[in-house]
Amino acid sequence: MKHYWFLDNAWLIPLIPAISYFVILLFGKRFGERAAWIGLASIGSAWVLACGTVVQWISHVNASEHGGEPGGEHGAVETIRAFGRSIKLAAEGASAGGEGHASFVANPIIHSTTWFQNNGFKLDVGIHIDGLAVMMLFVVTTISLLVHFYSTEYLKGDRRFNHYFAALSLFSASMLFLVVASNTLQLLVGWELVGLCSFMLIGHWWEEKPNSNAALKAFLTTRTGDIGLLAGVIMTFFVVQRYTGTGSFDITQVNQAAIGLSLDGNSKSLLFWCAAALLLAIIGKSGQFPLHTWLPDAMAGPTPVSALIHAATMVVAGVYLGARVYPIFHEGLNIGDGGINLMAAVGGATLLVGAGLAFVQNDIKKVLAYSTISQLGYMVMGLGVGAWSAAIFHLFTHAFFKANLFLGAGSVSHSGAHHSFDMKNDMGGLRKFMPKTFATFMIGTAALIGVPLTAGFFSKDEILATASANEYTFFKYVGLLGAVMTAAYMTRCVYLTFFGEYRGGHADHGDAHDSHAAHTADGDDHGHDHGHAASNDHGHDANGGPHESNFPILGPLYFLSFMSIFAGWIFAPMLHHIFHWEIFEKFPLWVDPHVGSRGFPILEHPEFAWIDPILATAAGVVGVTLAYLFYWRKAYGQNITERNGALGAGKKLLVNKYYLDVLYTDVIVGATKGPIAQAAYWVNQNVIDNVLRYTGKGAAGAAKFVYKYIDQKGVDGIYNGSAAGTSALGGLSSKLQTGRLQYYALLVLFLLSAVAFAVVITN
Amino acid sequence: MATGFDAWVLTLTTFTPIVGLALVLLIPKVEEELIKIVTLATTVLTLGFALYVLYYFDYDHTAKLQFEVKKTWIEVINSNYHIGVDGISLPMLVLSAFVTVLCVIYSWNHFPEPHNVKAFLALILLLEVGMNGTFIAQDLILFFIFFEIVLLPMYFMIGVWGGPNREYASIKFFLFTLFGSALMLLAFLAIYFKTGINTFDIPDLIAADKSRITHGVQLIIFGGMFLGFAIKVPMFPFHTWLPDAHTEAPTVGSVLLAAILLKLGTYGFIRIALPILPEAAKSWAPWIGLLAVIGIIYGALGCLAQTDMKRLIAFSSVAHMGYVMLGISSLTAFGINAAVFGMVAHGLITGMLFFIAGSVQHTFHTREMSRLGGLLTQAPKMGWILGFCSMASLGLPGLAGFWGEFPAILSVFQPADGLNVAVFRTYMVIAAIGTVLAAGYLLWMLQKVAFGTPKDEWKDHHIHDVGTAEWIAWLPMLVLILVLGVVPGLMFKTTDDAVKTIVKAFPSTQTAPVKSHEPQAEHGDDAGTEHSEGDGTDHAPAESEHSGG
Amino acid sequence: MMLNQFLLLSAFLFGTGIYGVITRKHTVLVLASIELMLVAVNINLVAFGATLNNAVGQVFALFVLAIAAAEVGVGLAIVLLIYRNLRSANPDDVNVLKG
Repeated sequence: MKHYWFLDNAWLIPLIPAISYFVILLFGKRFGERAAWIGLASIGSAWVLACGTVVQWISHVNASEHGGEPGGEHGAVETIRAFGRSIKLAAEGASAGGEGHASFVANPIIHSTTWFQNNGFKLDVGIHIDGLAVMMLFVVTTISLLVHFYSTEYLKGDRRFNHYFAALSLFSASMLFLVVASNTLQLLVGWELVGLCSFMLIGHWWEEKPNSNAALKAFLTTRTGDIGLLAGVIMTFFVVQRYTGTGSFDITQVNQAAIGLSLDGNSKSLLFWCAAALLLAIIGKSGQFPLHTWLPDAMAGPTPVSALIHAATMVVAGVYLGARVYPIFHEGLNIGDGGINLMAAVGGATLLVGAGLAFVQNDIKKVLAYSTISQLGYMVMGLGVGAWSAAIFHLFTHAFFKANLFLGAGSVSHSGAHHSFDMKNDMGGLRKFMPKTFATFMIGTAALIGVPLTAGFFSKDEILATASANEYTFFKYVGLLGAVMTAAYMTRCVYLTFFGEYRGGHADHGDAHDSHAAHTADGDDHGHDHGHAASNDHGHDANGGPHESNFPILGPLYFLSFMSIFAGWIFAPMLHHIFHWEIFEKFPLWVDPHVGSRGFPILEHPEFAWIDPILATAAGVVGVTLAYLFYWRKAYGQNITERNGALGAGKKLLVNKYYLDVLYTDVIVGATKGPIAQAAYWVNQNVIDNVLRYTGKGAAGAAKFVYKYIDQKGVDGIYNGSAAGTSALGGLSSKLQTGRLQYYALLVLFLLSAVAFAVVITN
Repeated sequence: MATGFDAWVLTLTTFTPIVGLALVLLIPKVEEELIKIVTLATTVLTLGFALYVLYYFDYDHTAKLQFEVKKTWIEVINSNYHIGVDGISLPMLVLSAFVTVLCVIYSWNHFPEPHNVKAFLALILLLEVGMNGTFIAQDLILFFIFFEIVLLPMYFMIGVWGGPNREYASIKFFLFTLFGSALMLLAFLAIYFKTGINTFDIPDLIAADKSRITHGVQLIIFGGMFLGFAIKVPMFPFHTWLPDAHTEAPTVGSVLLAAILLKLGTYGFIRIALPILPEAAKSWAPWIGLLAVIGIIYGALGCLAQTDMKRLIAFSSVAHMGYVMLGISSLTAFGINAAVFGMVAHGLITGMLFFIAGSVQHTFHTREMSRLGGLLTQAPKMGWILGFCSMASLGLPGLAGFWGEFPAILSVFQPADGLNVAVFRTYMVIAAIGTVLAAGYLLWMLQKVAFGTPKDEWKDHHIHDVGTAEWIAWLPMLVLILVLGVVPGLMFKTTDDAVKTIVKAFPSTQTAPVKSHEPQAEHGDDAGTEHSEGDGTDHAPAESEHSGG
Repeated sequence: MMLNQFLLLSAFLFGTGIYGVITRKHTVLVLASIELMLVAVNINLVAFGATLNNAVGQVFALFVLAIAAAEVGVGLAIVLLIYRNLRSANPDDVNVLKG
């Protein structure tokens, strides 16, 4: 087998940013602001390596496809997996073989070395490079590189400029470590490190309480999901043990065991619980309902970080996990069977919940945050309905257009709205002042809404098409409803930000800002610190009026806009249907796991049908039109929510985020921190300690009795008596002691004389 | 049996502090510098001996007792001076010698009131004798004596140098522990008479045939040991002495208490209770596991109710030792390995947290978290170290705490054969929930102490950041936390075989694998290739071999 | 041989010494009397040594002389201290050892 240098050495990709982290941390002071360039250089080289892996992986797939290693044994396996819909899938897989995706084997590149041994179980650390990992490497390094570049301008003069870049490096390193992980335990390690870094970055401005609160909330909420990850990863170990006899965390083995165990009735519950636990982890990390509440609060971090968290790291880690050990979910939750399953339900619910909340936000970043939640819902739902490739493809395109939108929002706030993110009070009419930002933002919005021919259009469409092909019709309509809502809230967002009259520029922002913008501390100390000192005007713009951003901010926006359109064209069945160019369906060829049905469920790609894009486009049009009428033209009047009781109640519910935050913060956390902890402590101090106290008191009482009556009168009597006798004797002898020298000398003389006399006599 | 210097090195490791103690007592009280230097030299020399053991330890036979010495001691009761180390005691011995040195260094300019340097350092030296001795003793009487030696210096340390409520705390500590050890001694005597071979020798007792003892009696004997060790650990509901003792103890006392003294209990379980009475251990295991998970949740809740930083850390010990005991209760090699790892990790991490709490108190003269804040602005280094240790303590992978916690939770998924799987899996879930609570209280502490801006009362104070003595004392611990986190194999390799010998008494059956007749799966032909990997941890085996000498 | 004369002289000196130690009312004189007793012993030693033709007697005498010198030094120091503390050199006033 051929050797591919970039694939074999993919471990370098996470290593380089990790080294950069330590370098910046240890020597950052010496470099000053140039520390940013260390981070930039490291992620740049990682990006180059990632591009190398992309090229080599493609050639590896091509070589496998044409160079043999045929999947000849499939037929036999398909009959073994004669389970409900699997028969149909298998049949289709065979017939779809003409399209050439499932009929060859392209092994993942796996290298590992022993990390440690515990009771004979070898725990490895290594790399598992396949299409999915390569795709993720490319996405993560690309977005991270752009964010690094963008940050050099956006965070210029920040209080902890170096720390920021150090954390950014570690963030990228952890995510890349997670991506290349060859076993689930290693994945867990990367997962937790990603959580730590997001904690550090969300709480980057920790002087203000709301920021550290948001950081804590993010960490604790994802940590709640990590209960599931801990349990799930442990169960993957035992899934393999059940199958092969020896436990292992190895991803390949886990996947094979999950497929292999699907026939074993006794193992169904193990698989189910494993899938459920891992799903909890995904819910926590990928902001799925009902643990999504941390994600909007995470906007407290610097905007480039939000872009990174939402596009390429942190939240997509959950989806990545779902895709990585997909057989566990597929078999554990019976995804192949149609009907409603847990994963699709969670995804579908999130999709609608997130979209609903996006309508009532005044903070542009929060609109985008809820839209991320909603889009992640699409991905998880996609995985849940068996649309693996489509979900991953959506992850791919979403990374670009969401990063585009976030960085665009950052640009608006940075240059147009005095570091505020409040659309209602500080923005409006900005398209005149910032035409380039406006253009890129519109492209991002188009992709998000799903305007035909943009990236989001193809990926969302593919999820819906696969859902209907897999007979998950219900979820198809959920997705369409979501598309309507997406189109509507994005129209509102664009309208408030870029159209109408400019509402910013009034002198006093303090009260209007929400917590994220109110970084007013230490503005006086740093004359040049225009980043996040809201009271401080720009150095280069004394009047503080809105203006266009400069290149380090616009550059990434241009690139991302380009990708927001064309990234979708590598998996565009519609275009393929029209033009029959191969490039339009390369994505599944390159990214789908070609390991045979023994290692992965068979992935089905539906035939193209015109009904799907038409429905999706119609949904978008409906959404935009409704929002245009409602917000733009005020077709129903200004204050409909105040006049209509039902709508008012709905809005109140949304403004209060379905009261989930109240439930979590006040009820669950409040109760744990307050009454429950206090009660436990009270029990500790008053009950358990009292047992001790009364035991002690009882013992003391008994001791008093013993002392008073037995010891003092009985036992002590004996001793006292003997002591008195001794004392009398001593008194007698003390009479002899006059203390006079010459008296003693006389005594000695007498004594000696007596001795001498005795000696003389006896001799 | 060892010969030459090897035969002496363990004795030297244990009794060198006695020599130092004698020297310190000879030096006049006013010569404080000299006393400090002599103490430091003694502890460093002791550490040197311990490192000799570490270096020349045969890592291929960690189950075997090494540097073993067996000399007649008290013939009448057939008790011998039997010492030796195996893979389980070695890390504990080295940790003990190591932490003591760091404590002496830290004491250099952080002396608690009343400033009696001579007495304080003399007590530390005496304490070290007890701690080191406990970990090498292979005879029950010898073990018991060392176990008790520890008690007195700590009592005085709390009672003399402690906080405002020191008398209560010290007496509570003393009485609790003494109560436990009395029952423990009874259990030892019962073992001595009941096995019928009239010996206190631990290896002999492990090998002895215990079938003469009825199961009921075994349960009672185990119960005696359990009380003795569980109070020391401490397990819920015997933990109430711990927060008081920790809160009142001087910083160094807290560090030693957390890092070493608590481990005497868990070590006793692993070394004595489980292998000598495996049958009883099996019956007790579900209850031990229950108390362990209660301790995990309960300790965490206790933490959340605290306003005093040091008391919070003290309560977190209850929770963390819960994980250690949970690992032990699984009666599997995996779990006990995790327990030993957890002991060392907790010793390092919580020891560090107590050091920081001590320094915070030294600087701000308060530990009330509501009065603190903005440590990261005023003393950024200390703030970052606090953050680092909090992360380690809440079990972040890549730092030492994780490898005590995760395998312990993993092990209870499939406990030893004969234990109720459903019960233990419930424990697993509860323990996993405990990790969230741990993250909660540690991060809240971090937020209150380190984040935000300094409170008004400290605004104008000049706050000293980490000083030289602190750096010297802390850096080795911080480095070890990181190294053990990245290369856990260093520890697992040492303990693995020794632990396996212990759990031989608990055979675990495995369900037959589903995949029995199917052909080997088709995954990558290069899957097993040894190669390098990418997180900077690629030298795990190499490094462990290095330390193995 | 004149041994008896030596012994008689020695006995006389010794007796004088004892008398002085027991009766004198000044501590310095008590010390002087002790010296007399030592001298008596020395005479005995030298006399017996010469008679028995054995050098050990002379050697011991030398030792005793040296010790006596030291003893006088220490003794006088004690006397001085007693005087300083009690403003008296009368041995009868020194009765702190009284039981």
